[in-house]
Amino acid sequence: MSGEKDLEQLKKEAAEKAKAAALAKKKAREQQESEVSGAAALEEEDLAKKKAAAAAKAKAAALAKKKAEEQQAGSESEDPEEEDLAKKKAAAAAKAKAAAAAKAKAARAKQESSEADGDDAKAKAIAAAKAKAAAAAKAKAAAKGKQEGGAASDDEKAKAIAAAKAKAAAAARAKAGGKGAEAPVAEEKPSANQPYLDKYVKVIEEHLGNDVLEDSYINRLSKDVPTLVAKRETYYKVVQFLKYNEQLGFDYLSELHGVDYETHMEVYVHLYSYKNSQSVAVKVKLDRDEPTIESLCPLWAGANWPECEAYDLLGIKFINHPNLHRIMLGEDWVGHPLRKDYEPYDVEV
Amino acid sequence: MLRTEEMLLNVGPQHPSTHGVFRLVLKIDGETIKEAKPVIGYLHRGTEKLAEDLQYTQIIPYTDRMDYVSAMTNNYVICHAVETMMGIEIPERAEYLRVMAMELGRVSSHLLWWGTFVLDLGATSPLLYAFREREMILNLLNELSGARLTFNYMRVGGVKWDAPEGWVDKVREFIPHMREQVKGYHDLVTGNEIFLNRVKGIGKYTKEDALNYSLSGPNLRCTGMKWDLRKNEPYSIYDRFDFDIPTREEGDVLSRYHVRFAEIEESLKILEQCVEQFPEEGPVIAKVPKIIKAPKGEAFVRIESPRGEIGCYIASDGKKEPYRLKFRRPSFYNLQILPKLLEGESISNLIAILGAVDIILGEVDG
Amino acid sequence: MIQDLLHSQPGILNFGIFFVLALVLLLVILGFVTYAILAERKVMGFMQLRYGPNQVGGPWGLLQTVADVLKLLLKEDTIPKLADRPLFILAPVIAFAPSFVVIATIPFTDKLQFADIGVGLLYYIAISGLTTIGVVMAGWSSNNKYALLGGMRAAAQMISYEIPLVMSVLGVILLTGSMNLNEIVAAQENVWYILIQPIGFLVFFIASVAELNRIPFDLPEAENELIAGYFVEYSGFRWAFFMLAEYVYMFAMASLTTVLFLGGWLPIFSFLDFIPGAVWFALKFSLVVFILLWFRSTFPRIKADQLMEFGWKVLLPVALANIFLTAIIKELLSLF
Repeated sequence: MSGEKDLEQLKKEAAEKAKAAALAKKKAREQQESEVSGAAALEEEDLAKKKAAAAAKAKAAALAKKKAEEQQAGSESEDPEEEDLAKKKAAAAAKAKAAAAAKAKAARAKQESSEADGDDAKAKAIAAAKAKAAAAAKAKAAAKGKQEGGAASDDEKAKAIAAAKAKAAAAARAKAGGKGAEAPVAEEKPSANQPYLDKYVKVIEEHLGNDVLEDSYINRLSKDVPTLVAKRETYYKVVQFLKYNEQLGFDYLSELHGVDYETHMEVYVHLYSYKNSQSVAVKVKLDRDEPTIESLCPLWAGANWPECEAYDLLGIKFINHPNLHRIMLGEDWVGHPLRKDYEPYDVEV
Repeated sequence: MLRTEEMLLNVGPQHPSTHGVFRLVLKIDGETIKEAKPVIGYLHRGTEKLAEDLQYTQIIPYTDRMDYVSAMTNNYVICHAVETMMGIEIPERAEYLRVMAMELGRVSSHLLWWGTFVLDLGATSPLLYAFREREMILNLLNELSGARLTFNYMRVGGVKWDAPEGWVDKVREFIPHMREQVKGYHDLVTGNEIFLNRVKGIGKYTKEDALNYSLSGPNLRCTGMKWDLRKNEPYSIYDRFDFDIPTREEGDVLSRYHVRFAEIEESLKILEQCVEQFPEEGPVIAKVPKIIKAPKGEAFVRIESPRGEIGCYIASDGKKEPYRLKFRRPSFYNLQILPKLLEGESISNLIAILGAVDIILGEVDG
Repeated sequence: MIQDLLHSQPGILNFGIFFVLALVLLLVILGFVTYAILAERKVMGFMQLRYGPNQVGGPWGLLQTVADVLKLLLKEDTIPKLADRPLFILAPVIAFAPSFVVIATIPFTDKLQFADIGVGLLYYIAISGLTTIGVVMAGWSSNNKYALLGGMRAAAQMISYEIPLVMSVLGVILLTGSMNLNEIVAAQENVWYILIQPIGFLVFFIASVAELNRIPFDLPEAENELIAGYFVEYSGFRWAFFMLAEYVYMFAMASLTTVLFLGGWLPIFSFLDFIPGAVWFALKFSLVVFILLWFRSTFPRIKADQLMEFGWKVLLPVALANIFLTAIIKELLSLF
């Protein structure tokens, strides 16, 4: 009995200690951040110089590439399929570019050193374009060499190479175009997944009402995955709806985990619909002091262990879970290690 | 006065057929399993916690130790996640090197699985045959990365080193040799009556079960689900290659066996095309900043490892360390269906079923 | 000589002679076991693309097993605290003794045999069944769940396969008209029983592998399922006794196969009879042992329920049919 109490006491103490430590850490971090921003400015100046040089080089490369492109257009009868492919690829590349640009813009809005950041993205794009161009030229040369060899069996290989080449060229072209237009046009362009997101939101709102979602957006950083942020109370309903609705049919739970954001906890669920070949990410924000949420086990048996893991490492309690236990660390572990204020508890110390 | 009693049997954490430190608490009646309760966590090293204090490049060696049988895919998934966030374009040559390394890793992983799986069933020789070819692959990867198991080969933006002189030719020579050996493996084991008796119709589940339990990889494809992230959500340069997704309809242990073997063949196909298309020169790493900082936000990417879908989630606050890193570890998800499969089976079948799931404990426990 | 001794008056001298002879035989058998283990490791090594023992005792590892046995002798003898102590100690002895006893009746050549009893075959089968008791005893007394499972499997398996084993040799007995092993060999003067009794031979060989607990029938000790089965708790020399019993049985069973179906010490063709019988016996015997080793490195393990099914539903009916067939043929032949 007394041993247990002792343990309780110790745990309490440990928790208090942890809290204090977390506070201290936070303070320290804030300080550090302010210092870092100062240092970063210096660093970025240096970077900018380098970038200028890179840009000059890139221009030359772009010229060479343009020439190469013309040659390519003249030399061979591009079959329509290839062209199609190239177009698609170009579109995709443009998208990617747009994403990068959007990212840059967001960053600009937020930070002082925004201009340097934008430059950074540009320089990167240029460097990539240069590399692509070189690759394209080489690929072409290879293709030519093969054709001169004239072996009929090489046809397929040549085609593959040509396709690769076309892709590279298209990407480079798209990139060059993007650079020329200085991005703002592309910036406005919505993601290819935007219609999907709109559809999901519409269907959900039609069936579950207007106030089940806190937010919905395209996560540009994560391959443009449509992301829904559900409310704590409606999370289960939304996910259930996503699974069983005819139009949505998200029948596969790909991933479930929690994140501790210090201000709140978050559960991230990645679903996939094999029927529609579409992904969706569902997030829900939880109260950090008492993170509880409905379990998804009634929907997917596969949610069992991931939820146990989230419970074990972050302390998120899942209601209606058939067997919520500390799957990794064991029941006698003190604290939840992935919480940001976790302090290792050691009886010996 | 005769009575029977249920018995509690601990299979593991030290048991030759659990391939590591996996424990199964069985409630058995004679040799019939009434209930199975998996206990994991013996190999939990807190990779995700450690990663929160490490820079992105420093995390890569930790991923080697998760799925230590195919470390290349683990290397790739974290690099891919960071690259996706930062929008980095990978040089052609690096992409080809990455794909070749991953596919070689896939072949070696399936070989190891085959050897140990058949060993669990009591046949001792195939393991050594499998290791002969695995050794060749490890030598190839060793030349590429300087390590045999924990490669630490990929970097954000490309790969650490270019392939040494003549490496690609060695891969080219290896492919027909491997094809020949796969035929030999089939002759050695696949047609064996005793073997078939042990695996046919054992550990069956349907496509619905597989989706319900979030299975992936060969465990999913053995139910007839034609799904492979390399094909369906192409990453890297997989959209350039011509290969099939092998599937089977039965959903039993034998079908998983066949799917894995067919995957070896498909990987060889990919390798063959890689070798043909391999760019003769070029950079192997993109121009990336010295200190890698993923932009603020979050990303989740998934790729196809030999065991299934391996995913990487990064939440970043714009610093050089991730704010939160999470791996979707396929073995961890695949293992969940085990208690359901084991109910009512005998202990002999347990070995076959557990072996066919193909778990790597380093990955299960993270 | 031994026949005379068997019929002589008991006395101190006779006891002494028997004791010394038994000791010699034991040493011979230990010598065989030593090199059978080495041979097994070597053969498996070659079949598995590796070398096998090649360090201790020259390039062929001739002293490897000796070193292993020495190590076993030096090991600590552990007995689990909750084990049934007397049974635990007795079990290896009970398992080993019959394996040695059965060898007494086996005729290695027409002169080299220890006891020429009229029911030699019956004696062999009856005595070898005793080992099961030792195995079950070990499984039970260890107080370990894996050992218990292994012991139960062993009991079920050995009993089920004893029956087809006996049934399959009935054909041979019918043809010879005797259970005396010498007479069985003598009856193969012209043609071996493996040619006249192919079905009987197949059933006998499969059942004998099962009796020997070797792959594909090594369920009682299946290391991938039951870790080591009934002797999981044994260590040191007690453990060695189980291994010894296993290899002595291999020796005995290979000898019996040679005697029953391969014509014992008789030469393959009569013009080759200038080669001594002992050599012929050794050659045939080695062939049987080699096949046993070959099995081990090729087959996976059979499943427990399939093992039972196979024994009762396949081997037994086939063996019975073989007896029936043999009887009919023998009757028909004697008619003409």
